[in-house]
Amino acid sequence: MTGTALSALAAEHVSRGFLSTSGVEIVFLLVGLVTLGAAVVTVTTRQLVHAALWLVVALGGLAVEYLLLTAEFIAWVQVLIYVGSVVVLLLFGLMLTKAPIGRSPDADSGNRWAALGVAGAAAAALVWVVVDAFRTTWIDLDGAPQGSTKVSGEILFRHWVLPFEALSVLLLAALVGAIVLSRRKKEEER
Amino acid sequence: MHLVYPAVLAALLFCVGLYGVLARRNAILVLMSVELMLNAVNLNLVAFDVWLRDTLHAGQALTLFTIAIAAAEIGIGLAIVLQVHRNRGTADVDRLRDLAEDAPDPDTDHEHREEKAEAAA
Repeated sequence: MTGTALSALAAEHVSRGFLSTSGVEIVFLLVGLVTLGAAVVTVTTRQLVHAALWLVVALGGLAVEYLLLTAEFIAWVQVLIYVGSVVVLLLFGLMLTKAPIGRSPDADSGNRWAALGVAGAAAAALVWVVVDAFRTTWIDLDGAPQGSTKVSGEILFRHWVLPFEALSVLLLAALVGAIVLSRRKKEEER
Repeated sequence: MHLVYPAVLAALLFCVGLYGVLARRNAILVLMSVELMLNAVNLNLVAFDVWLRDTLHAGQALTLFTIAIAAAEIGIGLAIVLQVHRNRGTADVDRLRDLAEDAPDPDTDHEHREEKAEAAA
């Protein structure tokens, strides 16, 4: 049995080859590099507004990655919610906290080298484990799209209705909480 | 497509977000880094869902839920940051040291006393 499994694995290797490149993979890699670069600029730039704008690039790149993984609905939800509303909220927050428009020298705190060490160690460990675990695994992208709007709607409202409704209650609670938190108290109430 | 590409991209994005959370001083930049980490997790969920061809599509459903929870989180987080900025005049996480063990800054101490006086009055 092990022999057949091994031979099947070998056949798969022969048919696909290690790190066989297809067009989708190349596009995924390029968009991934852009996304990663934009994310790095987001966390390192000293201009606060530019950080929010680079975040748009990173999140848009992730939407393209979702499209390449045939998850169309999630890609458009990503564009709508993240690029459309979350970044706008963040920009509003930056403006309301009177963020400096130009360079701000104190954008990074003093422990950035410790942070760099932690992040580098985490990246090394995670990449090593992930590459080691999924070296011989391929995603089969042929056939019907996995995440078209029809499929997403069906699974969401057929199998995941209860979590969906709980989530809408959570969103309502968050909305009320945000209003209560940010409401300016009147002077006589204090 | 090789599964390693999305998985490695997600891991690297997560670590970039981790660096941002630890190294940034402005609270809103910290929130941006948290968004990056959440997005890395979403990419992982979608990639593994497409790989496993799950009939329930649990990964994609969970991704949608994560996106909604992230939207709620950013709303509440920004409201808290704005409130802190309104009370303290700064949104820097380094300067919020009321619970630190060493001696607090004199200006925050002063504000603290003012708040106590307000509460007493």
